[in-house]
Amino acid sequence: MPTIINLKNINKTYYNGAPLHVLKGINLEIYKGEFVSIMGASGSGKSTLLNILGILDNYDTGEYYLNDVLIKNLSETRAAYFRNKLIGFVFQSFNLISFKNAMENVALPLYYQKTGRKTRNKIALEYLDKLGLKEWAYHMPNELSGGQKQRVAIARALISKPQIILADEPTGALDSKTSAEVLDVLKKVNETGMTMIIVTHESGIANQTNKIIRLKDGIIENIEDNSEHNFSSLGFQNIK
Amino acid sequence: MISLLHEILNTIRQNKMRTFLTGFAVAWGIFMLIVLLGSGNGLKNGFNSNFGDRLMNVVQVSSWRTSIPYGGFQTGRRINLDDRDIKFTTDEFGNYINFVIGNINLGSKNISYGTEYLSSSMSGVSPNRIIVDGAKIAQGNGRFINELDIREKRKTIVISQRAKEILFKDQPAVGKTVNVSGIIYTVVGVYYMEDRQNVTTSYIPISTAQIIYNRGINLSNLAFTLNENISDKETNDEFMTSYRNRIAQRHQVSPEDDNAIWYWNRFEDYLQMATVSKYINIAVWIIGIFTLLSGIVGVSNIMLITVRERTREFGIRKSIGASPWSILKLVIVESIFITTVFGYIGLVCGVGITEFASQFFEPSSAGRDSFNAFLNPTVDINVAIQATLLLIIAGTVAGFFPALKAVRIKTIEALNNK
Repeated sequence: MPTIINLKNINKTYYNGAPLHVLKGINLEIYKGEFVSIMGASGSGKSTLLNILGILDNYDTGEYYLNDVLIKNLSETRAAYFRNKLIGFVFQSFNLISFKNAMENVALPLYYQKTGRKTRNKIALEYLDKLGLKEWAYHMPNELSGGQKQRVAIARALISKPQIILADEPTGALDSKTSAEVLDVLKKVNETGMTMIIVTHESGIANQTNKIIRLKDGIIENIEDNSEHNFSSLGFQNIK
Repeated sequence: MISLLHEILNTIRQNKMRTFLTGFAVAWGIFMLIVLLGSGNGLKNGFNSNFGDRLMNVVQVSSWRTSIPYGGFQTGRRINLDDRDIKFTTDEFGNYINFVIGNINLGSKNISYGTEYLSSSMSGVSPNRIIVDGAKIAQGNGRFINELDIREKRKTIVISQRAKEILFKDQPAVGKTVNVSGIIYTVVGVYYMEDRQNVTTSYIPISTAQIIYNRGINLSNLAFTLNENISDKETNDEFMTSYRNRIAQRHQVSPEDDNAIWYWNRFEDYLQMATVSKYINIAVWIIGIFTLLSGIVGVSNIMLITVRERTREFGIRKSIGASPWSILKLVIVESIFITTVFGYIGLVCGVGITEFASQFFEPSSAGRDSFNAFLNPTVDINVAIQATLLLIIAGTVAGFFPALKAVRIKTIEALNNK
């Protein structure tokens, strides 16, 4: 299976006051169509890793290939182009634009692909329909529930037909029932062949994914196959 | 571009309060500037209208009886200006003077044509009087008194438009004869004055007046126009002092005797008015510029807050593929759009109110003695457009720098901006 993400010895240091070496040589390969979770305690570097994967942040040394393109020292414009073409984001806090209705929010990535307004709104409606939100298309984000908001965000991530979906704590702001629903949606999206990477600290969420990458103090502690979904909630398999 | 405008209109529709506040600052700035400049212009025009089309640089000299004993003469001696004073003035002060004219006031006379008549003041004048009074003769309405009339002492008369209407109704007047207290004159011209429509003074050649009305070589007054050598208060004062002394010497009266020979210097009045209107102008511009400045500060402030408020939105936009330039464009075009639309509204309101106000300050046509304090309080449209353009540029700059700052924030930090 072809790799979609290839990280070679990625290092990242923050220089806010005392230098903080956050990522200390990350090597990682993710294949097309995988359903992966990245786990780790806070401060383990998992958010930094996701930001680098999403070209929202840059790294100091190493190489990052996304879809066989070296992502390094890109201009903001170029980075924006790749984000638009290759990556769909799902955030913990949804990040919908508050003064646009659901349909307009979903259609926004197509605006930056210079798709005409009528066309992109039509496509946005199709995606909302797929996610069961057709009746809510003309509602503003503040009229939607958390689960609905996240489904709008997922529709927005999908509309540009990206290569990967990056989800940063996608259920972090949701109750457990809605969490399950949202995760179900993500799973279904993955089943269509979409590569899906979820950052989470909830083992229940991680257990739904097929592969768990565990970060600790800026290095990958282990990568385990979880295709059986029998991963213990505490994650201490060796003690079991 | 259309897509961008749609995007901006959407933003504006959803942020009505913000848009309104920005717009209000702009509209108010332009509106106040125009109202202020309009008021200033109104005052200035009011002043200027009091001079009408009359020449500004005229000095009039008249004589009466002495009030100060001088050179062995008692007071109460009658002083007469005459034709020799015209020659004297031209010879002695030619360097400062364009031309000299003599006038004879004949008082009120009855002028009749057929059964129609009116009582009008009459003056014996020289051809240049038309310039001094700012009178005009329309095409086809004949001519003013000319040199030939003077030389041949013709019995010609120039009447006013008003007098013509009374005497001749719709008939042409030029070429007809009128009867002035028993003496027949031929009408050679009909004049009008733009600022004094009811004037009825009639003009006849000065030489004719001197003969018919037994004035010899005497004049009621003489008037001359100053040339460009007299340009300010100092040169004017200097000239007047020396002229006074020479004329007083000639007529053997005290130079201090204002009763014997007196002067009316219109240029002096004009200089005073010009100074006043200059200061009004300066004051209005200073206030106007500060008003505009407060508008600019208002716009800048709101743009600054707006951009700060939208940092997170920009982060979201960037995360789904907006380039920095597209964000910058979004802010700047929105800023230009708002300042243009509201600047235009302010412009229209300001011009509207000044035009409306100018209806209330119609030029007075009551006559020579009426005074306009306020007239035509309108603004040069170019000034108004320039002010609006300035505000648009200010709005753009005001939006540009905060937007640039917002764009430079890393996408991830912008996303985390709460």
